[in-house]
Order: sequence, then structure tokens, then C-alpha cells
Amino acid sequence: MTPSIFEPVSTPAYAIRELAFFVLGLTGAVFVVVTALVVYTLVRFGRRRDDDGSEPPQVYGSARIELAWTVVPFLLVVILALVTTRYIYGIEGREQPPEALEVTVVGNQWWWEIRYPKLGIVTANEIHVPAGDATRPAPAFITLQSADVVHSFWIPQLAGKMDVIPNKTNRTWIDPRKPGVYVGQCAEYCGVQHAWMLLRVVVQPRDEFDRWVATQQAAAASDPATHAGARLFASLACINCHTVRGTPANGVFGPDLTHLMSRHTLGAGVARNTPEKLRAWVEDPEAMKPGALMPPMKLSGDELTQLTAYLLTLR
Amino acid sequence: MSVLARPVPSAEITAARTWLEHAHDWVVTVDHKRLGIMYVVSGIVFLLVAGAEATLMRIQLAWPELHVLPPETFNRLFTMHGTTMVFFVGIPIVFGFGNYLVPLMIGARDLAFPRLNAFGFWIFLFGGLLLHFSFIGGEGLYGSGSAPAVGWFAYAPLSGRAFTPGNATDYWNLSVFIAGIGTVGTAINIVATTLTMRGPGMTLSRLPIFVWTILTVSTMTLFILPPLSAAQIMLLLDRYLGAHYFDTQAGGSAVMWQHFFWFFGHPEVYVLMLPGFGFVSEIVPVFSRKVIFGYATLVAATVAIGAVSLSTWAHHMFVVGMGTGLNAFFGLSTMLIAVPTGIKLFNWIATMYGGRIRFSVPMLFCCAFLFQFLCAGLTGVMLSVAPFDWQLSDSYFVVAHFHFVLIGGLVFTIFAAIYYWFPKATGRMLGERLGRWHFWLFVVGFNVTFLTMHIPGLLGMPRRIYTYPADRGWEMWNLVTTLGVPLQAIAILIFAVNVVVSLRRGAPAGDDPWDAWTLEWATTSPPPAYNFETVPVVSSRRPLWDLKHPDDPDGPHE
Amino acid sequence: MTGPGHAGHAWRGRVGMIGLIIAEASLFGVFVVAHLFYMGKSLHGPLPREVLSLPVLGTICLLSSSVTVGLGARALLHGNVRRSGLWLLVTVLLGSIFLAETAHEWYRLIYRESLTIGTNLFGTTFYPLVGLHASHVIAGLVMLGLCCVFAATGALRTAHAERVEMVSWYWHFVDGVWVVVLMVVYVVGR
Repeated sequence: MTPSIFEPVSTPAYAIRELAFFVLGLTGAVFVVVTALVVYTLVRFGRRRDDDGSEPPQVYGSARIELAWTVVPFLLVVILALVTTRYIYGIEGREQPPEALEVTVVGNQWWWEIRYPKLGIVTANEIHVPAGDATRPAPAFITLQSADVVHSFWIPQLAGKMDVIPNKTNRTWIDPRKPGVYVGQCAEYCGVQHAWMLLRVVVQPRDEFDRWVATQQAAAASDPATHAGARLFASLACINCHTVRGTPANGVFGPDLTHLMSRHTLGAGVARNTPEKLRAWVEDPEAMKPGALMPPMKLSGDELTQLTAYLLTLR
Repeated sequence: MSVLARPVPSAEITAARTWLEHAHDWVVTVDHKRLGIMYVVSGIVFLLVAGAEATLMRIQLAWPELHVLPPETFNRLFTMHGTTMVFFVGIPIVFGFGNYLVPLMIGARDLAFPRLNAFGFWIFLFGGLLLHFSFIGGEGLYGSGSAPAVGWFAYAPLSGRAFTPGNATDYWNLSVFIAGIGTVGTAINIVATTLTMRGPGMTLSRLPIFVWTILTVSTMTLFILPPLSAAQIMLLLDRYLGAHYFDTQAGGSAVMWQHFFWFFGHPEVYVLMLPGFGFVSEIVPVFSRKVIFGYATLVAATVAIGAVSLSTWAHHMFVVGMGTGLNAFFGLSTMLIAVPTGIKLFNWIATMYGGRIRFSVPMLFCCAFLFQFLCAGLTGVMLSVAPFDWQLSDSYFVVAHFHFVLIGGLVFTIFAAIYYWFPKATGRMLGERLGRWHFWLFVVGFNVTFLTMHIPGLLGMPRRIYTYPADRGWEMWNLVTTLGVPLQAIAILIFAVNVVVSLRRGAPAGDDPWDAWTLEWATTSPPPAYNFETVPVVSSRRPLWDLKHPDDPDGPHE
Repeated sequence: MTGPGHAGHAWRGRVGMIGLIIAEASLFGVFVVAHLFYMGKSLHGPLPREVLSLPVLGTICLLSSSVTVGLGARALLHGNVRRSGLWLLVTVLLGSIFLAETAHEWYRLIYRESLTIGTNLFGTTFYPLVGLHASHVIAGLVMLGLCCVFAATGALRTAHAERVEMVSWYWHFVDGVWVVVLMVVYVVGR
């Protein structure tokens, strides 16, 4: 799952790779020529063993040579600037088509809130989008906001990064053409757990995506077997920070937990979403992600078992 | 081979002095040479500290999900490492050399304002000690009294009171602010000296290129350092008097901090690098036995780089969402700067071409610099292409790029300069054999670490992360990167040994051990306090060439 | 080397003062930019047009003090120490009136209009900008005051004329900054 910028699956990332090859070609050529020149000079004009200590001819300059090596780089720069500008406008200047999926991403210390305003979905750390293809792209336009400090939204295989800045709304777009899971993470230092603010984009065939949407839109499951855990959740401070749609819990400081178990990871990527890890997270988030803002709830073993059982029903 | 200065010390000066009297002399000195040496030595000490910080970080990153360092500690380390390297290693060493060499090279007896000079040094030292005091200043609530952990550019609003309570960030803010006052003072000093105190015959067009670079960066400093100080005052007001300069919750702008910071921060790296170019422009001709090719264009390129660099700052902000127009503009201005910079490279190559190159240690460092700076410049051009930067920004590619500039470029030229001018400052040569060991270990270790480091950036690894997941495919590259570190550490150790040993047992240098051509070689090694017994009259850019080759002086060719 | 430079160079003090002025101008520039950028962006009042009034008396005093300091520097150049001291004293008085007016204005803004540095973005950018300028006025008054003292005690001599002229250049700069602050804060900003 290496997020290489040279393995794009979405138009902005393809465009950037194309541009990158052009730039690498240009700079590579310059590198080869100049290196060869330097190597030749060092080898050819090293002092010989039989050097008599006399000074070589002193050459003070040459207007013609100096003009040439000013003009040629200048022309290269002009070409590069023109090509670059075309790509800037092509990628950043793209208008949002009417059929685009709209996603809002809100960066928090140290997790991502993901909202689909038109679909009524709120989730965390994992974005699902339908896959398009070269003939029928499926663009998703992403609005970027921050709840606290500056973050940066980066999934290399899908697009270049865009900062997530408080008091400023940014915008980026992707149109993945191949199903799969594409990883990324926050790319602007945002505090102690910047390293574990991971991102996953799950690109699914259209029918799978529609099923995911339907699941996410539903209210929370309610299983009488886990009633004890549900009651614990409601009575503890959990509801102050977390939302579980269909229950009184409507806190907004932490991730929406309505469909917690539909996600691959916990703690914005710090652990896989398994029952054991979930239990350990609830018991002491600090142990898995030092500095995380969720406090340990100091529950007894039984309380922990009941609460975890309840959370496991939130699919 | 001193032609002009033959000081005759009096008995009083040569009477044996206690170490306390020696120390007192150095503490109260206003002599530019002593202050220059103190700047460079302090800078090297801070280099060792910051290097140790980097070593710890590389150990933590050698393999995924290691627990060698907790996240808070790692974050403090990269903050301290960057801050120390830029403000307490790069600046003092560069201005330290400027301090030492400018009066000697222009035929003056000292800088324009010697007491201001001393003030500048001591306030820099105070700033550096204040910053490092933060390590032991106390943990406080949530480690808030400890070393700063906001990154060397302290982006708002993370650096504000709401997100970083306690005093850690204030150590960063105040120590850099205080040191900045000294830097501005030194810059004023150098500009005044160069413009008003040149010796007879030393017109501006006969200044050594190194002096041109120091003059340029001093002028730049007057324009670019106060904006950083202003931003730091604003941050201080935000943190302590409830101001809202960068308080986004009161309508303030996080991006404004970035604009102010980078308006300083980008030209700053040229302030660091241009004198490195100056070193190369002095050393390469001497060891190629040829005059510098294209003096006038080199000077013009220097000034052009200085001026254009003031218009490039927002290439650090391509991912901030400035909009297409600004992204295009700053991309263009950044690409333009590659032109005068490339020109310099060609001038140096043309200087060596047709010469008789002696590969002494200073020249070895300059040769490595040529390859490494070429790399650094080209990766810089890549980064100036805004859409490409949208992938590369804030990744290890950028980290590799700027270390190629600052170590592969600046540090290598600083080592060249030390090996070149140490004989002048101390009267003794640095060991050539130890010097070669230093060079080869360092160049291999440096390239193993920093060439490799480009790759994880291309594979999506962001910077400033204390660890990374095991399934990203980054571990081999990080391991190799870390493996270059011990080589560099040993190289620096050998260098330190070389300095200590050579101070006592180095070969006597004489006035002009390299058979060079600028004025500092026309006096004794070390020079007397008053620099020159009689200030030499110059009639070309290479006064000593004229004296050694009276049949073919430079003047008519210039 | 206190006199004019040799070989036709300017005296180093002049270049030094110009260097200082450039650095200070750059410092003020950033505070001006911040004030301009945040104009109209406060989330709530008090707003500039509600609480600011043009500081006419202070401005007249400060700008005429530039004339008086110039006269003082010139008098010393011509050897008239007494007259120089008097003009410098007048300069100090004019500058003090300016400061008094600023103090009075701030008192009114803080206690009557409830505008502090933390109130809104206007307060945040107003006080540091005007305050930075006022602090430079104070520094200038200290230097000018010292010159007056030296003139009174007889320590000031014609040989010091260029140094006093440098102090006057600093003072001119401070006045120049005031013109900018006046325009940006009290005219455009309202």
C-alpha cells in the first residue's frame, strides 16, 4: 500500500505525474550535461605530476560565452513556466461539474471528520467514493476546513495535497478510476500526534458504493443484548464528545460513532479496528496514541466488556 | 611570503599571560578577528548539539513504529534541530567569517562599529543559550515548560496560546528574536564598513567576490529580518496580551503568519548560501591557479539573487490555497532565480577549465559542493513547479532538498573555508591527512543519507512525523538514510580532532600558505590586532597577483 | 575615526543610520500591512470610525519638531552650541506634547470606549502599530534629551555636529513613520 506519487489513479495525480516526467526530463538533461562538464574539467585539468609550478593562462571572462549560458537557461525557464502555468490552471481551475460527489473534510487534532452534506452522512478518517473510468469519470469535490490548527489533506495517488486551514475554506478534487484502498495522511505538522492522522480513501464500484451510502445513512443499530453497554455509553461523558445517530448522543468534539465498525481503523489509523484493539482504545487511548485528546474513562473490566460489546454493534 | 606587514611586538605584549587574562581579553574584545572566531566556534558547538538531535531522530525513524523516543520528545528535537541550525549555526558562522575577513579583504583595520559588533556576538550567544536552556527549564503542565515543539517555523495557530500553552514556544520566540537584534546590528556594521572604510584603491569593482556576497546578504538582512521580528512581536502579543493577530477564532489569519515568516524565511536561506558561494569564488581560483572567470557577471548574479529572492517567498505556500494567479507568479519568480544561480556554477567551472587544479582539502570540499549544489538547485527547480510541489511539499523530498542545499552546499563550503582560512587565523595548517579522512567519510555519509532521503518523499512520506506505519513501504529507505549518519558523525569527530591537534602541532603556515591573491594573505598569520602595518594600496582585484607578477598585472585585463 | 571618511567616502555613521532606518522601516512595514489586511475584518466593534478622531495637535507638534531638530543640527554645524541646545529642547517639548496626546487618546479608548488590544482585530492592530511608533518617539526623545543635557553642560561641540545630525535623521524617520501611520490608521482606516 505504498502511496507513491508515481502510481496515480485519479486525474490530478495523473496530470502531476505527467508534468513531473517533463520536469525530471528537463532537469535530468541539465544534470547530465553539467555533471559531465564538471567531471571532464576535474579530470582533464588536475595538476600533473610534472607540473612546473608556472601559472596557466589567465582567462578573465568572455562576453559571448556568458551571454550564451544566461540565455539558454532563461529560455528553459520560460518554457518551464509556461508548461507549469498550464497545469496549474488545468488542475486548480477545474470547475465543479453538476454530477460531482460533494464531500466535506474537517481536520481536527488528530483525526478527520468526513461529511457528505447532500447524502446526510457523517463518518471519520475514511472516505468512500465510487470508481469511475477514463471515459466516465466520477469526480468528487472536497471542501476542506479545520476545527483547530493547520492540517494538510494528502492522498498521493489521488491528487496533490491541499492545506486545511482554520478560518479559511479550501477545495480540492479527485476522480479515481480504479477501485481499491488509497492511503494518505496529514501533511502539515499539527501537534503531538501529527504522525498518526492517517487517511484512507476506499474507491468502490458504483453498486458497492451505493450500498455503503445506504448503510451509513441508516440510524444506529439497536441490539437489546448490548443494552447495558448502551446505557453505560449514555451515562458516561461519551455523549459529550461523540454522536450516535438515533440516540441522545450528539457530541461533536470526537468522531461520529454511528457506524464505527464499518471503518477499517481506529484512532485515525493507529490501530486496526478489531474487538481487542477497540477495547484497548476505550480503556486507555493514551497508551495507543500518546497525547490523544480522548481521556481514559477509568472503567472496570466488566464495564469495559459491556461497553465494547455495545460499540461492536455500531456497524 | 608577507610583503607588507612585519609587526614588531613589544615586550609587554609578549610577556606570559595567565589563562584568566587570556579569557578576559577574549570576553572584552571588540576586535573583529576575535569576534569572528568566537562566532564560528560557537556556531560549530551548536552544530554538534543540533547534529546530536538529528542523530536521535534518525535512530527513531530507522524502522517503522519504533519507541526509542516518545512523540513529544521527537517533536521538540526537530523543532530545536531546525531552529538551532538556521539561527545558531548558519547565521553565526556566515557572519563570523564576514566579521573576520571583510576588514582584512578591503584593507580596513576593523569594522565600522566595533562595540556594536561585540554586542551582536554576545546577544547571539545569549539567544542560543536561552533556547537551549529550554531543555532543562522544567516540564510544567503537559511538558509546557520544556523545549519548543512547534517546528522551526512555528506556524499559527498551533504556536498560539490556545494550542501550545506554557512557555515552550516562548523560548523559541524570544531567543530567535533576541539573536535577530544582533544580526541586524552586524548587518548594519558590515554595510557601513564596506561602503565607507575601504583602503586606498579598493573600489567597489575590486572587492573580492566574498565581500560582495557578504555585502549583499547584509543588505538583504536589513530588509528581511525585521519582518520576522515583527511577526514574533505579534505572536508574543497574541500569547500574552490577548491580541488576535493569528487567532483564527477571532477572525485572525493563519496564512498571514506564513506570509510574514516566509517573507523572511526564503531570502534567509540565500543569506546563508550566498556567502558559501563567496567562499567557493575565493577558493576555486586559487586552487585552479586561474583568475575567477567573469567577475562582473558573478557580482551581478549575486545582487540579482539577493533582489529576486525577495519575491519568491510564497513558493513555501503553494499548498495553502492562494489561488492560480499567485501560484503561477511565485512559481515563475522561483524559476527565475535558477538562472543567476546556474550562471555562478558555470563561472566556477570555467574558472577550473584550463587551470592546474590542486586537490588540497579546501578544493575537495569545493568539488563535492559543485555536484551537490547542482543536485540541490535542480530539485529546487522541481519544487518551483507548483503542481509538482503539491505532491512534494511537506514531504521528505523537501527535507532532502534543503539538506542538500544547506549541508551539501553551505556546510561543505564552510569546511572548505575553515581549512582555507584556519592557517591565516591561527598561524598553523590543519592536518591534510586527517582532512582527507574527514572529507571522504563526510561526503559518503552525507550522500548515503540525503540522496536516499528523496525517495520516501516520492513515496508519500510526510515530514515531521515521529514514526510511520509498517505497510507503507518506507522502511528500507529510512534504514539506509539512518545508516549514513554514523559516517558523518565520525567525520565531524575527525574534524574536531584535527582542529584541536593542529592548534598545537600544526605545520607553521606563514603569511600565504596557498599562494593566494587577496589582501588577507598580505599580512602575518595570525594578523596583528591592527591588521596591516601600512594599509596596502591596490590597483586590481588581485593585489598579490600584481605583486607576484609585476610583468602581467591584472589591471589592464579587468 | 570620527570625522568624515577618507578617499571621498561618506562617513560611516551616515551609512549606519541609513541601515538602521531601512531595518526599522521594514519592521514598521509589517505592522502597517497587518493593519491594512485586517481593516474591516473585525467580527464586532468598536470600529475605527466610531472611536478614532484625527490627532491634529499631536501631528502638528510632531511634524514641526522635524523642522526644529533640523535647525538644531544645523546650528551646531555652524558652531552655535547654545542655539542648537535650545532648538533641540524645543524639539523635545514638541515631541512630549505628541506623546501626551497619544497617552490621552489611549486612556479615552481603553476606559471610555472599551477598546483594548484583545477586543477585536482593530484593537489588535491599532495599539501595537501606534505603540511601536510611540516607543520610537520615546527613544528619540531620550537621545535628544541627552543632546540637550550635553549642550547645557558644555560637553557638546562642533565636532559632534555629524552625530547630532544622525540623531536628527532618526527623528525625521520617526516623523515620516507618523505620516504613514496617520494616513493608514486615521484617514484610510476610518
